[in-house]
Formats: sequence, structure tokens, C-alpha cells
Amino acid sequence: MSGHVFHPGHSELHGVTVVLEAAAGVLYVGRYHEETPAGILLHDVAEHRAVAGGATAQEFVEKTLKFGVRATHHNIVVPSASVRRVSRLMDWTVS
Amino acid sequence: MPYDPRLVQPMRDEMTRMGARELTTVAEADAALGDVRGTTLVFVNSVCGCAAGSARPALNLALRHPTRPEQVVTVFAGQDVEATARARQYFSDYAPSSPSMALFRDGEVVHFVHRHMIEGRSPDQIARELASAFDQYCQPTTA
Repeated sequence: MSGHVFHPGHSELHGVTVVLEAAAGVLYVGRYHEETPAGILLHDVAEHRAVAGGATAQEFVEKTLKFGVRATHHNIVVPSASVRRVSRLMDWTVS
Repeated sequence: MPYDPRLVQPMRDEMTRMGARELTTVAEADAALGDVRGTTLVFVNSVCGCAAGSARPALNLALRHPTRPEQVVTVFAGQDVEATARARQYFSDYAPSSPSMALFRDGEVVHFVHRHMIEGRSPDQIARELASAFDQYCQPTTA
């Protein structure tokens, strides 16, 4: 299944739930829409920031895999310069 | 805003053809999911071609497996808004996504398929995992 049923011309990741690792250890999980001049646009996004005593990135992703994406942002644009890595959620591994 | 009903009708028809019963009201959702014993699969339908375009055929394939849920019902996210919201209350531990599938046994969710487990995968792949869940959690049917 190509993933381009209704949306020809988009990136292969269009419509796919991804883990976007950004600068300063911030991690987003959301549905990839497209890369715009302003950055990567994600929809329905959960965000993780490392804090003392809080869940690690791995714990956050594992919980998301099991229980789904608890979105706190309807849309977010992550500036391209701050993007460290984009992976499909199902394929994500600790970097 | 819901899509034009004419646009989504084929997606509804695809579900009912495979034997799923549509839940379009809160009362129907409660009747199907409230205090029900046995096994029930809830399919949260979606207009999203990227994922639902695989999910519906996958369920159709999985329902040909000899072991399957006793009841298969469907709500349509973004279309039957109130029925979908009520159905989701029965699996509120899981973040809402569509398409998605929840398998219940005696009122408890025993298996959940999120949208992220559907994206980019073929109907065959998804169906194999569903059939495996049916084998694990559903009693054989004689129908």
C-alpha cells in the first residue's frame, strides 16, 4: 500500500506517525505532514522533554507504542535546523 | 467537519459487507459495548486513505480466519462523532486514533491496533497479526 491514496506528491512519510528528535533532547511523536520552508509540520503531536525523575525518551516512546499518541499539540512546525533525526514510530530505536 | 456522506458511503459499505455492524448513535454504542460478555472487535473507521485503505481490507481478510470475534462493530471517526466518542470511552486507556481496532473479551480490552501499527503495512501483514490475536483471545465460532 503506497500511502499516497489521496495525497499524491507528498513525502513517503506523509501520514505516518514518526518520532522526531530535535535539538536539546526534545522529542516529538506525531503524524508527519510535510517539510515546509519553515520546518517539518507534524499533526497531533505528543512531546517529551527530559526532566529529572521523569520518563526517559525510551520509556516515553514505549508507552506511546502501547497506548497511542497522547497529543498535546494539534499542529507543530519543527525548524529544520533543529531536527536531529526522523524515524517511523514503529522503527524507532534509541540513538 | 464531517465529509460529504456520499464520499464516505463506500467506506461504510466496505465494513458492512464484511459483516461489521455500524454504531451510529450513543445508544447503539452502549448496547454493543456496555456490560457485554464474549468477544467484540470495534473498528474505528476513517476516511484517511493512507491507513484506512489498508485497515479495512486487513480486517476483511482477518475475518475469514476460522477463529474470530463473536461481534464486529464499527464507528466512523469524524462522521458519527457522538457514537465514536462514546465507543472510545470503553477503551479510554488508549489514545484516540483512526483507523484503529480494539478487541474486547468480556468487557476488557485484550488487544489494540493503533493507527501507527497500520501505517505503511500491507493488509496481509495486518491481517496476520489480527488473526493471531483472534487465536489468542477469541473462542472458535461455528458460523
